[in-house]
Amino acid sequence: MAVEYTWPDRGQTSVLGGNHDKIDGPAKCTGAAKYSYDINPEKMLLARVLGCPHAHCKIKSIDTSAAEKVKGVHVARAIKKPGDVVQWQGDLIAVVVGETEGAVAEGLSAIKADYELLDVFVNEEDLKAAEAAKRTDKSGGKVQLEREPDDNDKDFENQEFERLFKEAAAVVEGRYGIRAITHMCLEPHGSTCDWKDGKLVAHLSTQNVSGTAGLFAGPLGVTSDDVTVHCDYIGGGFGSKFSPDPWGILAAKLTKELNRPVKLMLDRDLELKNAGSRPSGFADVKIGADAEGVITVWDSHHWSTGGFAGGSVPQDVMPYVIVPPNFRRRVTNVKTNTSAARAWRAPNHPQGSAMSQTAIDDIAAKLGLDSYDVFMRNLVNVTAKERAGVYAEEMKIAAKLMDWKAKWHAHGKGPAKGPIVTGLGMAIHTWGGGGVPSGCLIKIHPDGGVETFAASQDLGTGTRTVIAVVLAETFGLPISAIKVNIGSSKLPASSPSGGSITVASVSESNRRGGLDALAQIKKLVAEKLQVDADSLVAKNGRIQDKNDAGKGLSWKEACSLLGMNPLEVKGRGAPGPKSKLSSSGVAGVQMAEVAVDRETGVVKMKKFVAVQDMGLVVNRKTAASQIYGAMIMGIAGALFEERIMDPKTGAFLNAEVADYRLPRLGDIGELVVEIYEPDSERARGVIGLGEPPVISPGAAISNAVCNALGVRVGILPITPKQVLETLKARNA
Amino acid sequence: MKKSERQAPGKSGFSRRAFLKGSGAAAAATALAGSQGLAADEQKSTVVSPGLTTITLDVNGQSQKVEVEPRTTLLEALRNGLNLTGAKPISVDGSSGGSTVLLGGKPVSANSMLALDCVGKPIVTVEGFGGAKLDPVAAAFVHHDASQCGFCTPGFVVAVKAFLQKNPKATEAEIRAGLNGNLCRCGTYANIIPAVLDVVKGARNGS
Repeated sequence: MAVEYTWPDRGQTSVLGGNHDKIDGPAKCTGAAKYSYDINPEKMLLARVLGCPHAHCKIKSIDTSAAEKVKGVHVARAIKKPGDVVQWQGDLIAVVVGETEGAVAEGLSAIKADYELLDVFVNEEDLKAAEAAKRTDKSGGKVQLEREPDDNDKDFENQEFERLFKEAAAVVEGRYGIRAITHMCLEPHGSTCDWKDGKLVAHLSTQNVSGTAGLFAGPLGVTSDDVTVHCDYIGGGFGSKFSPDPWGILAAKLTKELNRPVKLMLDRDLELKNAGSRPSGFADVKIGADAEGVITVWDSHHWSTGGFAGGSVPQDVMPYVIVPPNFRRRVTNVKTNTSAARAWRAPNHPQGSAMSQTAIDDIAAKLGLDSYDVFMRNLVNVTAKERAGVYAEEMKIAAKLMDWKAKWHAHGKGPAKGPIVTGLGMAIHTWGGGGVPSGCLIKIHPDGGVETFAASQDLGTGTRTVIAVVLAETFGLPISAIKVNIGSSKLPASSPSGGSITVASVSESNRRGGLDALAQIKKLVAEKLQVDADSLVAKNGRIQDKNDAGKGLSWKEACSLLGMNPLEVKGRGAPGPKSKLSSSGVAGVQMAEVAVDRETGVVKMKKFVAVQDMGLVVNRKTAASQIYGAMIMGIAGALFEERIMDPKTGAFLNAEVADYRLPRLGDIGELVVEIYEPDSERARGVIGLGEPPVISPGAAISNAVCNALGVRVGILPITPKQVLETLKARNA
Repeated sequence: MKKSERQAPGKSGFSRRAFLKGSGAAAAATALAGSQGLAADEQKSTVVSPGLTTITLDVNGQSQKVEVEPRTTLLEALRNGLNLTGAKPISVDGSSGGSTVLLGGKPVSANSMLALDCVGKPIVTVEGFGGAKLDPVAAAFVHHDASQCGFCTPGFVVAVKAFLQKNPKATEAEIRAGLNGNLCRCGTYANIIPAVLDVVKGARNGS
């Protein structure tokens, strides 16, 4: 019988969808887990890089001679040459390799360089200044109108927008935005590289174990078979760790040249300046709605920066999720003297959400309507029409968990306790999260041992545990019986971990490979017991008759039929519309309750509710953790973190942990997570989850602050300063 | 690292004696006086080169010899010298809590301590907890999935350990107020709170 690749029905599972501890949890909680930063090969040298102090300059000279003479320093070398142009503060200009941290630091401080300063621009929020500095370029837009123009309609577009706004029951115009943030991976970017006998082992902190080995090979003059990328644990990536980066290649070249292992991790300030940021996004938005609050017309212009090379938040996330039948959007790119932006957990969606679902909430405020009702009515215009019902159900659940109806008051009309006012806000989001073809090798040993191999990586989402749950379910074994081997480029090629694709990808390949392997074992058992293989199931550590548990063999006995060698089966996922194992596309609703002190401007999270679908849940415990984590990361972007640049010098002013404000344990309030998994969603199979819940917090929290104050703080993060300035402007 | 500690050999104006006095490490001075390298060095010159010295640290109940420079931090000595990599280098100062260890029973950021200053004081790192059994704090972290990428987790576990020694009956409000010295980027705080409450209730006695 052909193997059918499906999941067991609800109620027929043993471990799938349960609450399971991460199998690598103990290693992470005892210090046993070794990250790239922790790899200490014999005779290892330490390398550090020097960042340029200027945001835009031409290198005149770099003198490393004094650094070379420092005791304990092996190499001091310029990375840039005279004439090279530096485009952001912190761009790497020199490297020092030495025996100890102290020697390397001393070497770095002995490097002398001269620069010719060039014009600096870093303040993309000020579009007029960007235009004056010739740092902008238009990158397009789109217009969609329900009515067709007549042949003789001149200036139809403008007239039509004028008409639509005139006919709207309410019109809101505002500026909304969210400032740039950095990834701030707690393990900085870098690697420990070890060259031995013409081969490189790179312990690279990476989200892309399979994809990076080849990128080392060329620059070292070898082929990919001579390179192993290894990453058992990665201390945060969030979209910024897909490549070896120039400093990874540099470490590899240095280990080859010096014939000693070299560790090169970025210092915290250079990590923040070089290794990833999320583009800001600012928008002027005008929207109109009918008397019920349903948006009828949208007109927006947004701008942002992707760094020195330009680029920005693309046009297609505006307006976000709720797209009225008539809209016009345009986007302007701004070039700034900052390093190139990198993918950041749900690229562009948090900005799109913060720039558009805030405007929708302002319509509710203008009409004096309950924001919940306005969002509910606007579900008629969600982009994924087939998920409108999911949004509605999730909104009902979230409202119940928040006790929304009891707590609701019109914007700015709530009771005040002294200077403290409270408010509610919500937002909705969407994400893909489908899998991609990704390989694995499953080995079943004649003594019953089971292991699986895939390059893959664990970002902290619990990749190992997800794989173990899938195979334990497939073979009817406990999770502890499955040995999961990931984190080496020598293992079967896997997808990178980005876009929330990992769980769907590894679940696909391991379920398929597992079912193929099980079919072979069932066949052997069927022959032995003289029964029909189709009558056998894997359950409770046995291969047994589905109607007669007594008829069968233990897993171990069954595996002994394999003979001398282990059974090896390759698994390869085939995600796509035909797959019953995985799918793509989720909804998600979040509701925030905040308290705002009008005297100090401090915003405190009181309660924050997330209701999230993800198709079929593999491990409920780690799934919930992803949502909690995303909510906290979202609180960070909404209330705390921002990259602060000095407009005059282009210096990144808060590029240290102490200065870069992030929420701490006491800042998060009460978080409530509800996983939405009705049969209809479960039937869609596995869908990735890491990114969607990080999208809504900005708009939801901004809306809650607006509901509390009765005035919009347009730009995130909503720091005390932003609140006080907004209140001052209103009262002026 | 301060500039004065980075000066090249010969240019340094400070003596090791003055340095030790300045750093207030009487215990370190006593320990160092017994080391052969120092005795030989002292006879040659009163001006000290910032070179390597072997010291003995009391780490996780064991005396461990480690080569350090006067400028070597406790974190470097632990990570590079003794290969105890549980404590992590996350910030240049103590603001992340990532390098938290217990020194004389109290939590300190190992990256803001000089190794020489730690001679003679018991040091406990995250690796020193538990033993054959998982430590109750670590066990509660595992059960509540209070780690994601895990890079901040060892520092958090040590901080929680120290916090609970001081506040064995901590309430949720006290936990929220008392564990703000450690930074997590993945957002595990929501899982840490119930984990700590579990330890308070004695629900996790290791596993």
